[in-house]
Amino acid sequence: MFLKDYIVDVYNGVASLLKGMRKTGYYFTHSKEIITEQYPDNRATLKLADRFKGEVVMPHDENNEHTCTGCTACELACPNGTIKIITKFDITPEGKKKKAIDAFIYRLEMCTLCNLCVAACPSDAIIMAPNFEHSVFDRSKLTKILNKPGSKIKEGIE
Amino acid sequence: MYNQTDIIKDTTDLGPDGELVVNMGPQHPATHGVLHLVVTLNGETIKKIEPHLGYIHRSIEKMCESLTYRQFIYVTSRMDYLSSHINNTACALLVEKGMQIEVPERAKVVRTILNELTRIASHELWIGAMAMDLGAFTPFFYAFREREMITDIMEDTCGARLTMNYIVPGGLMYDIHPEFQTKVKAFIKQFKEKVTEYEDLVTGNIIFQSRTKGVGVLTAADAISYGCSGPVARASGVSCDIRKIAPYDAYDRVEFDEVIETAGDSFARYIVRVKEMNQSIRIIEQLIDNIPEGEFVGKTKNVLKLNKGEFYQRVETARGELGVYIVSEGGTTPHRIKFRSPGFSNLSVLDHIAKNSKIGDLMATMGTLDLVIPDIDR
Repeated sequence: MFLKDYIVDVYNGVASLLKGMRKTGYYFTHSKEIITEQYPDNRATLKLADRFKGEVVMPHDENNEHTCTGCTACELACPNGTIKIITKFDITPEGKKKKAIDAFIYRLEMCTLCNLCVAACPSDAIIMAPNFEHSVFDRSKLTKILNKPGSKIKEGIE
Repeated sequence: MYNQTDIIKDTTDLGPDGELVVNMGPQHPATHGVLHLVVTLNGETIKKIEPHLGYIHRSIEKMCESLTYRQFIYVTSRMDYLSSHINNTACALLVEKGMQIEVPERAKVVRTILNELTRIASHELWIGAMAMDLGAFTPFFYAFREREMITDIMEDTCGARLTMNYIVPGGLMYDIHPEFQTKVKAFIKQFKEKVTEYEDLVTGNIIFQSRTKGVGVLTAADAISYGCSGPVARASGVSCDIRKIAPYDAYDRVEFDEVIETAGDSFARYIVRVKEMNQSIRIIEQLIDNIPEGEFVGKTKNVLKLNKGEFYQRVETARGELGVYIVSEGGTTPHRIKFRSPGFSNLSVLDHIAKNSKIGDLMATMGTLDLVIPDIDR
């Protein structure tokens, strides 16, 4: 009786192992069902989701104009102190003083990509861009000034 | 308690009864993080296990006290990173409860679907990692194939794969992706086809069964007295599903079964998680075609201020009951915040159930408790 149980156990055990091995063998012969992506060789065809939160950028149009008013809503919304806005006063053609941004300092190394700044922005001046290859040799390169040199605010944005 | 020099001394000397102290971790591959276990052995038999915490302490509770009610939600993604969506939901629900914010139906349903997707993703990862602990390397890749579909859905809709921060007080940060429903349906179809592969590879496998059956038995009475929750307690026959006891979001309008096993051993904990994934699929199937139209975020004030008082909200994460407790003084930041994390209670039972077993069984016992160290050590 003991011997019979033992043989049945061995038989069932080997059968269960072969069942699993069959699955492995199936994928070994059906290489088209393998879904591994060959990064970085597939860089040219790699497409990320359009909402992917990679870093904060400030879009500029063809006249080098952005829509940031320097209201510091993003600076207040940021939980880590990633954003620092330095403002200046421009003189308009009418001779009035107008507040504008001098530098939009963004520290990528402190950013947790929580999207709260983008959600807080009233004029949609900053967006999340799907860039993810951020490694650099020097940490100071991660501190970025988002407004391009010589850029100014778009007409009609208050 | 040991201090650092005692530990070093103990590993080199045998104790008076021939006991050997082995330090497992903080970088042991089977501890899934920086958990440090001081295991006292007599031969191969475990005499005592002392978990040492503190290697990944980031003082999240204290950090939350200096952040506003909109900002503190993102920090909770970093506690239990495998169910970050559910953590975010717990905090958002609490703020909504404290301010009486009306949440739109659309947001409730989407939150429920995403929570269940997160639960499946977490259990998938657990199955892969657990099987790898026990020496089976292949199931890891099979589990990650399905998990990858979920992370793709999350990437499309929330913009991130792991730390989403998609839930805000009052609803969702932005509307769901136009292809959300088709992608979730494609995932359900693939999951149902491929879940049988786990049965072939893991569940029926004789090596897996003999390493988990009867190992690390936790009785129902012990599960209650140690405060276990989630799949660990349900495998011992304790009914503790918060989704059933205190339904939140859209859980009151869906039909699902609370999975309960009575054996209480490691294999029962495995079975509970596999069955729970099927129940999650059942919940998603009921909701995915019935996402109501309308607003995705309710009307909230610009600056959130909780009323003076104490608030508590509990949710069911992939690991068990997560409780968030806030004492508010009426300001824009919490006066005191406390998280009751499921992992901490589940870890405390380890010494009890692994005592007098062999050290080889410790992997199975610890693996099935599903420990996520940043959740234990906030």
